[in-house]
Amino acid sequence: MSAGLSLRGLSKAYVPGKPVLRDITLDFAPEGVTAIIGPSGTGKSTLIRCINRLVEPSGGQVLLDGQDLVPLRGRELRLARRRIGMVFQEYNLVERLSVMENLLSGRLGYVPLWRAWLRKYPAEDIARAFELLDAVGLPDHATRRADALSGGQRQRVGIARALMQRPALLLADEPTSSLDPRTAVEVMELLTTLTQREQVPVIINIHNVELAKRYCGRIIGMHQGAVVFDGPPEALEASHLQLIYGGEGWQE
Amino acid sequence: MTRTAFTPNWTARGALLALALYCVFAVTQLDISWARILTGFGEGGRFLARMWPPNFERWDTLVEGMLESIQIAVLSSVAGIILSLPLGLMAARNLSPAWVSAPVRGFIALCRSLHYVIVAILFVKAVGFGALAGVAALTVASMGFIAKLFAEAIEEISMKQVEAVRATGAGPAGVLLYGVLPQVASRFVGFCIYQLDSNLRNSTLVGIVGAGGIGGTLFAAFKRFDYDFVAAILLSIIALIFLAELVSARVRKALQ
Repeated sequence: MSAGLSLRGLSKAYVPGKPVLRDITLDFAPEGVTAIIGPSGTGKSTLIRCINRLVEPSGGQVLLDGQDLVPLRGRELRLARRRIGMVFQEYNLVERLSVMENLLSGRLGYVPLWRAWLRKYPAEDIARAFELLDAVGLPDHATRRADALSGGQRQRVGIARALMQRPALLLADEPTSSLDPRTAVEVMELLTTLTQREQVPVIINIHNVELAKRYCGRIIGMHQGAVVFDGPPEALEASHLQLIYGGEGWQE
Repeated sequence: MTRTAFTPNWTARGALLALALYCVFAVTQLDISWARILTGFGEGGRFLARMWPPNFERWDTLVEGMLESIQIAVLSSVAGIILSLPLGLMAARNLSPAWVSAPVRGFIALCRSLHYVIVAILFVKAVGFGALAGVAALTVASMGFIAKLFAEAIEEISMKQVEAVRATGAGPAGVLLYGVLPQVASRFVGFCIYQLDSNLRNSTLVGIVGAGGIGGTLFAAFKRFDYDFVAAILLSIIALIFLAELVSARVRKALQ
């Protein structure tokens, strides 16, 4: 029984015979930020989604604190999912709901349905939501509708929603790819400091190698569904990037 | 050498010619002659003259019939909407598995396939004369209509929002409440108002086949040649529909 997340021989093929993930075995410490880098279509998103089972793995194990999530179904799966927060590339906020409702939707795995329906959330959940709104720098936005926010603001709400779950693990799928460079840095900064403060380990899919090196303690490079680099940012060299992304001319 | 900028569409030209020829053929087949049209208009003039002035003397019968129509419309709309919610959800191909959505779609199509007057006749034969048959017939018609619209609205939602709610560990009902409902709620309300609107209209007709409401009164007045009372009924129906139109336009505007 080890704390944190472990992947054992994880594989996924959407079409039989064409694996997107090939036999991934990785261990993640229960703290710190890990970046997964790699070209588009190399299975980074699939890998992240296999962890919280938004995508069904074809084989292997996903062990969270020693419990294999792959065979879970129904209620057990939902109990496991509520411990895993997720931040999305396109924020995936419920556009027609208020910021507060979006945050509280992070508690849907915990509160009874009638409470969620009537918006009668426990006072501590609401207090926590306000606390997180302050933390992500949107103290006055609780009653704004999500579709009235800018991209950067939406992603801040997305981060707050994920943290509302009090997750044991946070997954981020290209959280900065839809943002302008400056907002991307701000969001990365926020994501890493907040999760550090709350001691939540993070796994981030990210396109931007510079951001990955700057904010992440560990970098995993993927190429064609397999891990080809795994180490601290300092160890990541041009030769590794060639291995991950292929070619060479683009690096100058 | 001349170049052609536009290619002639011979298929369309041929189809238009065929349509024109068919119309001429149909007119001769149905014995619609100039003389027939003239006598028809003459009769129509006399008919209109007998309708004027509208006779509101039997206003109590009129009001009774109108109220029954309104009750039929409201009851059938409410029942139709309540039944359409689960049907629409089950028929949505993005949320329901094919073995559920396909038969439900079939059922909805069945509800739509027969005109509501035919359904009303069937119900009159099955459950007897009166408002119950009208309510049942219009409920079926409403289901066929709004369940389909509900399903289409659900199929157009963004699955990203649904995925995000699912990722929080929410159960199926939680996903519906937070991921699906907010995306479709305002459109659903619009459909419901539209349906109430058209049920008001439809409820004035089902009475003609004995399914309750003002239509029965209207049909009886026709049969007794009380054309001035017919005029009064028609004016009342028009007023009701206009009023409903105004109210629903208001509500729909408020929703946006």
